[in-house]
Amino acid sequence: MEVTVRIPTPLRTLTAGADEVSVLGETVGAALEALEAKHPGMRERLLDEKGVRRFINIYVGEEDVRFLEGLSTKLKAGDQLSIVPAIAGGAA
Amino acid sequence: MPTTYADLIASVRKATREVSLDELKQRLAAKEPFTLLDVREKEEFRAGHIPGALSIPRGFLEIQVEQRIPDKSAKIVAYCAGGTRSALVAATLAQLGYTNVETANPGFVRWKDLGYPIDTPPQLTDAQRDRYSRHILLPEVGEAGQAKLLKSKVLLIGAGGLGSPAGLYLAAAGIGTLGIVDADTVDASNLQRQILHATSRIGEPKVDSAAKAIRDLNPDVKVVGYRERLSSSNVDRLFSDYDVIVDGTDNFPTRYLVNDASVLLGKPIVHGSIFRFDGQVTTFLPERAATKLGIEPGPCYRCLYPEPPPPHLAPSCQEAGVLGILPGVIGVMQATEAIKLILGRGDPLVGRLVTYDSLKMKFRELRLRRDPNCAVCGPKPTITSYIDYEGFCSLG
Repeated sequence: MEVTVRIPTPLRTLTAGADEVSVLGETVGAALEALEAKHPGMRERLLDEKGVRRFINIYVGEEDVRFLEGLSTKLKAGDQLSIVPAIAGGAA
Repeated sequence: MPTTYADLIASVRKATREVSLDELKQRLAAKEPFTLLDVREKEEFRAGHIPGALSIPRGFLEIQVEQRIPDKSAKIVAYCAGGTRSALVAATLAQLGYTNVETANPGFVRWKDLGYPIDTPPQLTDAQRDRYSRHILLPEVGEAGQAKLLKSKVLLIGAGGLGSPAGLYLAAAGIGTLGIVDADTVDASNLQRQILHATSRIGEPKVDSAAKAIRDLNPDVKVVGYRERLSSSNVDRLFSDYDVIVDGTDNFPTRYLVNDASVLLGKPIVHGSIFRFDGQVTTFLPERAATKLGIEPGPCYRCLYPEPPPPHLAPSCQEAGVLGILPGVIGVMQATEAIKLILGRGDPLVGRLVTYDSLKMKFRELRLRRDPNCAVCGPKPTITSYIDYEGFCSLG
C-alpha cells in the first residue's frame, strides 16, 4: 500500500528538505515505521510510548487519526498522511 | 397609453395586487417567505423602516434590483411612504420580468402611526458613510453591519507579525475598540514583517507605535494599549471587555493560556501561527461563546494539541526565521474571521484548520474535532484554573 506522507517544515531537517515522502504500509503505524526506516529520527519526534505525541497530529486525508483508529487506522493506496505539529510563532 | 399622472397611477394600481398593512404585519409575524422591499430614499430608510426590509431607492431600482433579487419569480412586497412610489415600482418590476410583486397600501407613514414595529438603524455620520461606503454597498454588511463593527471590541494578543496586518485591517474596517497586548519595543529586525511599525518609531513601545499607525489610518478606532505580557494574573482583566480575541502570540505558554481563558471566559479566539514558510489558521469557539453567537461550538486548542511540546522538542530558535509576507497572509485571514464573527456572516473556521504552505502556494483544510476527554472544554474538565507553563524559546 503506497501512501504519501507530508512532512512539515520543522521535520524537513530529517528528510533532507523533502516535503513529501512515499512509504509502504497497511496502517498508519506501519507507514510511520517505514518512514523511520527511510529517515531515522522520525519516530522519536512523532511518537512516545503512548502513541502519537500530544503536540503532533497525524491526519489521513482531512481526518485526525485520533478520531479514527489511531495508529491502527487502515490505509489504502494513494492515501495522504499529513503530520501537523503545534507551531507557536506569530509576534516577537 | 395613459397621458396624465393620475391616469398612470390609476393604471399601475389596477395592475398590481395591493396588500393592506394589517395583512403585511400578519405575514411578517408568520415569517412567511418573501422579500420586503423598501423603495424610499436612503434618508427615509435610515430614519426608520419595517424590520427586515431590503432598501433599494426607486432611483436605483432598475440598476440594482437584478443583483439584489436575482430570482424573477421571487415573492416581493414593495412599500414606500404612502403607496404611490411602490405602485410605480411594481410597474417597473413587471417590465423587468418580475412576476410575483405586490405593493403595500398605504405605506410606512401609516404603518408608523399604527405603532407597528419599526427598525431604526444606528446612525452613522456622513464621514463614516463615506469612509465605509464600500462596506455599506455590500448587502451582507450594510449600515447595520458597519454599525456593529463600530461598536465591537477586538483584543490583539501581540502587535507583531500577525498582529500587524490583522490590526491594520481591523482598524481600517472600523472596529470600534482595538485592544493591543504587547510588552515589547520596536526593533529594526521587526520591520521586515511587522507593518504596523516604522523606522521612525524604532525603540518605542509597540503598543504606542501601533496606536500612532492606527490613529493615522482611522481616527474612529479607539486603541487601548496594554504594555504587559499576558499571564495568568492579568488574563481575566484583559479579556473581559472584548468580543473577539485575535491570538498572534509567539510562544506556547501564551497559546495555552489564551485557550484556557477563552474556554473559561467564553470568548472566541481567532488563532494564527507561523513557522518559516508555513502557517495555520482556525477559530476556536467554546460553548459559551457559541451560544452568544447562536452557532455550533467547536474544539479548543487543547482538543487539537492536549499539551505543549517540551522545550527540547519544540522547534529551536536556531531553526526559526520567517518569510516576512507569511504573517501577512495569516494575519489577514485572522482579521477576516474576526470580522465575520462580529457581523455574524459566512462560515467561520470553527472545527477547521487551514494550513498554508507559502513555498508550494497551497492551502489545505483539516478537520478538527472536539476531544470528548479534553482537559479544559470536555464534560469533566481537569483544568479549571490557569497554568503558567515554563517559558521557552520564542519564534517568529
